[in-house]
Amino acid sequence: MKKKVSISKLCVACGCCANSCPRGALVIHKGLYSISDEEKCVGCGKCADVCPACLISIIAKEGAAC
Amino acid sequence: MLKQKCWYDYLWIFSAVYFALGLFNILFAWLGLICFITPLLMASIGGNKAYCNRFCGRGQLFELLGGKLGISRKKAPPGFLYSKWFRYGFLTFFMSMFFVMIYSTYLVFAGTTLREAVTLLWVFKLPWNWVDTSFVSPWIAQFAFGFYGVMLTSSALGLVTMLLFKPRSWCVYCPMGTMTQGICRLKHKKDDLNGTQSQTDRRAS
Repeated sequence: MKKKVSISKLCVACGCCANSCPRGALVIHKGLYSISDEEKCVGCGKCADVCPACLISIIAKEGAAC
Repeated sequence: MLKQKCWYDYLWIFSAVYFALGLFNILFAWLGLICFITPLLMASIGGNKAYCNRFCGRGQLFELLGGKLGISRKKAPPGFLYSKWFRYGFLTFFMSMFFVMIYSTYLVFAGTTLREAVTLLWVFKLPWNWVDTSFVSPWIAQFAFGFYGVMLTSSALGLVTMLLFKPRSWCVYCPMGTMTQGICRLKHKKDDLNGTQSQTDRRAS
């Protein structure tokens, strides 16, 4: 099943997720919140592990076969 | 895929050395202003949180202690910690205490006696009188005591939340982080209103 990250709007833009992502799929947008590049993201979940507020979850990609 | 380490990945050493230097001579506390001014400059000029994202030595230190050394329960923090009212409330409280510290410095500048103590968690006065600071003006020493107290207090809170929750839980409610995020919000709102691209956008395009 293909996965992607879902980031809560409460993101504090600390950058922990972006620093931990092995594929550089996450960036901090304008110092406001984190956004992910679905093309690069493999849904490994490292960002969710390090997020200090636990605001990232790994979900199934829309239209992906289970 | 392992990321190559950059010079800024070692800034945790600066944080550790800062606290050690303060033990030997409180006047080194003035160096802490770098951690106070740099994020504000980066947010107001660059419109980003590059300081939090890359250069925060204290955040790196928590990551090292809590993450690599495992001194953290790595549990989810309570929801209120990342709620807006708590983050902005804590920022207001922290800045109020900061201005009280500035006022104390002013009082010493105006002639009140220097208090050789570092205040931890805004209440506990730790005697810190083993260094001779008489070679500088008393207000310079008073600011150093006050600022070192601010830095020590924030680190103590960060260590407690590191132990109880995730290693970098401090980043969730760090007053500097809240302040820089607020500056970025204002800056980008202003850029949008003026119809100009921010530096971040220009870099991305």
